[in-house]
Amino acid sequence: MEVKSLFIIAISSIFINNFVLSRFLGICPYIGVSKKIDSAIGMGFAVVFVMTLASMATWLINNFLLKPSPSNLFYHLFSAKEPPDLMFLKTIAFILVIAALVQFVEMVIQKLSPGLYRSLGIYLPLITTNCAILGVTILNLDLNYSFIESIVHGFSAGVGFTLALILMAGIRERLELAPIPEALKGIPIAFIMAGLMSIAFLGFSGLKIG
Amino acid sequence: MSMTKEFFKGFYAENPVFRLVLGLCPTLAVSNSVQNAIGMGAAATFVLVCSNVIISLIRNMVPKKIRIPIYIVVIATFVTIVDLAMAGFAPDLHKSLGIFVPLIVVNCIILGRAEAFAGKNSVFYSLLDGLGMGIGFMLALTLLGVTRELLGDGKLWGVPVFGSGFEPVLILILPPGAFLTLGLYLGFFNWIDKKTKK
Repeated sequence: MEVKSLFIIAISSIFINNFVLSRFLGICPYIGVSKKIDSAIGMGFAVVFVMTLASMATWLINNFLLKPSPSNLFYHLFSAKEPPDLMFLKTIAFILVIAALVQFVEMVIQKLSPGLYRSLGIYLPLITTNCAILGVTILNLDLNYSFIESIVHGFSAGVGFTLALILMAGIRERLELAPIPEALKGIPIAFIMAGLMSIAFLGFSGLKIG
Repeated sequence: MSMTKEFFKGFYAENPVFRLVLGLCPTLAVSNSVQNAIGMGAAATFVLVCSNVIISLIRNMVPKKIRIPIYIVVIATFVTIVDLAMAGFAPDLHKSLGIFVPLIVVNCIILGRAEAFAGKNSVFYSLLDGLGMGIGFMLALTLLGVTRELLGDGKLWGVPVFGSGFEPVLILILPPGAFLTLGLYLGFFNWIDKKTKK
């Protein structure tokens, strides 16, 4: 594994396969929390943080507890004849890991940095049901990423989400004052804006790296 | 509380996609063809009905504070069943829905109904609510799927509809088309709502 391949993963998950605008993950917070730039930044950082940790945790769980391989811990623990295949549990295991992780992060931040907690706190519970988090962990699995690759992918997917979210918040603050047809006000115009941004991001698919 | 009301509210009055604006990720991602839309709608309906029934059955045993993790485990179990069944019986559909099959777990419609309805109401009403909401979700997906596939690809259920002179609007089956179509439909339903209220 080289730095170059990590760089490619980062660029492609921020721009080319942007989580919001081309993979359609995390749409609910994208529309819900993009009314103000401040809250968009808070939500964005919380997502980057949890995504990176979730990628790390689920990779470890997957490789040492679920995957049928000689490194599977249950294999050693119960000295079974052959490694157990627990992959069918992945959805349940991952969502529980994410829920526990979010709760844990919330408690740690509350203890260590009350200031940060006040600005991120309200977004953390929302993150459990953010499909981008579960999405990134399942994509790591499908794409067969290594430990480091998974972390880079999780981190840059979060950055891509934050980028789209902050851009959207900037536009929506201006839309407040724009003359828009009555029926399109609020959420409909936000979707149409997202469509236009998605067209712009489609341009990145022409990007050649490496 | 009438049975027909609980069943039909998901179709239009409280349609999960167009009225409550929930469950958007799968709505946008799999509505590029009618087949995908109906497949996803059926899978989500199955999970919604089963999880509503189970959650309604256990609602008096679940401690208030840890109800959300318990609901999620119930939902994740049914999603795993759907995932494995679909991979076995409809591998093509499973492949084209991709990661959105396991992601039914975090579909906010399902957890939303568990929290807002099944955790408070009897089994039979929860079943009706789940079925109605699921069908409403499927209708919304199908409406988007028909629009996008017809105009973006010139096909319906994979069969070409227009003659050779039709130039498909390619953008509609690409990601931006999903946002644009849903935005315009939301605006359209808002407009109808305003007209009928007057």
